[in-house]
Amino acid sequence: MSRFEAMDGNTATAEGMRQINPDVVAAYPITPQTSTVQTFSQFVADGEVDTEFIRVESEHSAMAACIGASAAGGRVMTATSANGLALMWEMVYIAASNRAPIVMTVVNRALSGPINIHCDHSDSMGTRDAGWIQLFGENPQEAYDNAIQAVRIAEHEDVLLPVMSMYDGFITSHSLERVQIEDGEAVRDFVGPFTAHDSLLDVDNPVTYGPLDFYDFYMEHKRQQVEAMKYAKRVIPEVAADFEKHFGRRYGFFDEYRLDDAELALVVLSSTAGTARSVVDSLRAQGLKVGLLKPRVFRPFPAEELADALRDKTAVGVMDRSDSFGALGGPLFVELSAALKIWGVPAKIVDYVFGLGGRDTTPAQIESVFRDLAEIAETGEIKQLVTYLGVRE
Amino acid sequence: MVKLDAGWREIPIGGKIVDAGNAREYETGSWRATTPVVDQEKCINCLLCWVFCPDSSIDVNDEEMVGFHLRFCKGCGICAEICPVDAIEMVAETEPEE
Ligand code: SF4
Ligand code: SF4
Repeated sequence: MSRFEAMDGNTATAEGMRQINPDVVAAYPITPQTSTVQTFSQFVADGEVDTEFIRVESEHSAMAACIGASAAGGRVMTATSANGLALMWEMVYIAASNRAPIVMTVVNRALSGPINIHCDHSDSMGTRDAGWIQLFGENPQEAYDNAIQAVRIAEHEDVLLPVMSMYDGFITSHSLERVQIEDGEAVRDFVGPFTAHDSLLDVDNPVTYGPLDFYDFYMEHKRQQVEAMKYAKRVIPEVAADFEKHFGRRYGFFDEYRLDDAELALVVLSSTAGTARSVVDSLRAQGLKVGLLKPRVFRPFPAEELADALRDKTAVGVMDRSDSFGALGGPLFVELSAALKIWGVPAKIVDYVFGLGGRDTTPAQIESVFRDLAEIAETGEIKQLVTYLGVRE
Repeated sequence: MVKLDAGWREIPIGGKIVDAGNAREYETGSWRATTPVVDQEKCINCLLCWVFCPDSSIDVNDEEMVGFHLRFCKGCGICAEICPVDAIEMVAETEPEE
């Protein structure tokens, strides 16, 4: 039977990992690690899982051990955050290139420096080109649900790519919310048994991982990764549909809120969408036709689907919780702008960089975005392409 | 072994090599700029060259050093360096023109 509990995002994720019961979890046990791994290591110590827990000396080694365990034929999970992910960098790419279906929780926190431990998306946005599938969750429930679906997505034999499951540092990772925890047997049934491909421990079928791969084959291997991402776009909705059948909660590439007949659309990832929903409601009550689009899948980027969802909007405001210095704007804005242009969506689009390093984002700020959009819709004029929301001038 | 002109759909994913022992088909001899030549008169068959050759290119027959597998010898000169009696000389593949 499923049950309701008050849990923070990290505990809900650890509970999901307990139910998944991976073969190996390798993690660096001190900061910037999260309590996800701490809670999970307790499950290991208490014998509640069969997992081999490998404590390593750095995040770089954590990912290296995960890659090795995956090549050896194990179902592998880990978690990290912020500078921990940054230290993994080299190995993050290798995990994807080796086609290791590792599932990693990334609690989104700002990258130093100056030193900061609070929420923004600069950590995982930095790895957006590493070849991992990226899912963003809004709250502890989505953190739990995404972790479970991530296993199925990563291990699908047409995909075989690692998956990052993100949620907001502290706001989601450390705040208690009501979470529906599913029956353990049902979760195990949903994820199914792990089938290793080309396991290093299969001595009857020896295989070499990670050989030199120069100009004669490297490009073909990159092309394969592109194809796997295309397959992921098919597999992610399939897994979501099956998840809904099992557990009743619906997931897609993105979530829409009062978007259908909206003229002004706000696009924002993760926990901020919760605040934005209440702003949408209050502005709707004032007669403003506003709506919200919350992307869940950032890689593969569902460009065409996003363009379709925003096709008839007059103005679109993107909120980016990370910046791309020297670029046109934040990563979500740049990719969405390209999608709208390529699929011929006429909407005006502007960017709001917000919440860096954990800066609070208030309903008043989100309302100001909608007010800007209303003005843009009325005048057809963009006064400022990128606005820094809440920065002191 | 994967063909050199194989397309991306035809090769194993992730750069994995799934057929074992195919180093035999990779002829590192094409790298060679200098070729080892042994003076059998000097050679005392200590087989140090056999131990040190990184490409298993020392040809040994009945515990005697009898020459080199030139399809694989990459001309690194380690054998010449290690030989205790200087029985191996590295000779340029192409002598520069006068
Ligand atoms: S190292 Fe020199 S002496 Fe020893 S076996 Fe080789 S060629 Fe002969
Ligand atoms: S030159 Fe190098 S590769 Fe060739 S036989 Fe000597 S040690 Fe082996």
